[in-house]
Amino acid sequence: MDAVSLIERVMKLAPVLLGGVRVALLIALGAFVLAMLLGTALALLRTFSHSRSLQLAMAAYTEWHRNVPGIAHLFILYFGLPAIGIKLPAVAAAIIGLGLIGAASVGEILAAGLRSLPAGQREAALAVGLTPWQAIYLVLLPQAVRIVLPNFGNYACQLLKDTSIASAIAAPEIMFFARNLVTATFDTTLIYLLVIALYAALLLPVGLGFVWMGKRWGVAR
Amino acid sequence: MSQPLLQVQNLHKRFGAVPVLQGISFDLQPHETLALIGPSGSGKSTCLRCINFLERPDSGRILLEGEAIGEIVSKDSGQASAPAPRWMTDRQLAPQRLRMGMVFQHFYLWPHLSVRDNVALAPIKAQRVPRREAEALADEMLDKVQLLHKAKEFPERLSGGQQQRVAIARVLAQRPKLLLLDEPTSALDPELVGEVLGVIQALAREGTAMVLVTHEIGFAREVADRVIFMDRGLLVEQGPAKAVMDAPKTARLSQFLGQVLTPTGQG
Repeated sequence: MDAVSLIERVMKLAPVLLGGVRVALLIALGAFVLAMLLGTALALLRTFSHSRSLQLAMAAYTEWHRNVPGIAHLFILYFGLPAIGIKLPAVAAAIIGLGLIGAASVGEILAAGLRSLPAGQREAALAVGLTPWQAIYLVLLPQAVRIVLPNFGNYACQLLKDTSIASAIAAPEIMFFARNLVTATFDTTLIYLLVIALYAALLLPVGLGFVWMGKRWGVAR
Repeated sequence: MSQPLLQVQNLHKRFGAVPVLQGISFDLQPHETLALIGPSGSGKSTCLRCINFLERPDSGRILLEGEAIGEIVSKDSGQASAPAPRWMTDRQLAPQRLRMGMVFQHFYLWPHLSVRDNVALAPIKAQRVPRREAEALADEMLDKVQLLHKAKEFPERLSGGQQQRVAIARVLAQRPKLLLLDEPTSALDPELVGEVLGVIQALAREGTAMVLVTHEIGFAREVADRVIFMDRGLLVEQGPAKAVMDAPKTARLSQFLGQVLTPTGQG
């Protein structure tokens, strides 16, 4: 167990793990975009819709996704849907699964941001002759996003970490390769230490990016 | 006399069991400044908010230049039978609201936009004025409230008085027929009230039609052509501002004036 052999082992293991980075980032980015789009729609419906049944449906969606483990969702999408003839590739199932779960989080975060705005902000927008939709995208959403930017940062980091559960449906991301390596080499400790280092290296820029955005556009200066 | 600019006809409004407006009617002539005064809870702010339908009246009509605000005119029913009108949606109301400028007690400038963009937004988005033109218009209106030098600042960097003047510039950029001012100085530190009142007074002198809800009784007497005194959702007394306030006919108004005008003659 000398230094040379350690370096050799790292040099052998690291490239395999790095092979999963591209897929991990792809899943995270795809899920993030899906969660943002769907979550924004959820937040707007929850905040501005007067339909009672729609409100209930939104609440049900959020509760469901908050209370069911992510891995169970991925299993349903990947192993369950084929029963009704829909067969998704593992990466697509991971993007859709994590995106749908994320939409519930994003929806809650953004709805809280919208609720925190004084009613007068919307009234002022309507009073100058803007339509309700213009009031939302020109006046209310930009303010709400500024307020909840740090929460979005937390969500993005959480999401990137959660891509690791996609290994359970054999999406070739970091943790998937790590588990394969463990079975092949039994170098368990070193492999998972490398995994941790790799996730940290990926997550740090994301976190810092949101801190920077918060300073640039956020509310607290 | 020519057609009134604004006609408010028999407004009724309840919040739950509480009747807030119990049949308010008045007219506003072009170029006229009307002050709504009265104790807290008298319904004057609600009345003002009903004029541009931020608050929907339970019954009654608002006519701006003879056109009914917020009502969907049904073709078959005519008008004399007067069935319960169908109210417009906020989307349908947008072009009508554009013709009335509303100034709020708490300004409600948009914090994510610069002062200039706050003023230019409605012209650009609601009236489809080209951006460059709208910005020139914004600068003109900011100059009018003497804040052109703050055009690039963000609202949070301004004092309350400055924010309210920007809010006034913002509604002026709508080129409204009518200004609605809802206690425009009530949220300001005492030393900042004067600058905002100065702007309002200048607008009144130019002949801008306005309905002003205010607690600044002395200012109302000075600037308004006419005053309406409301109490508990009823119009108690109205007439030329100085006449009404110097010689109130009702006990309720003299009592109110006695309460708000301090012995030192403030206001």
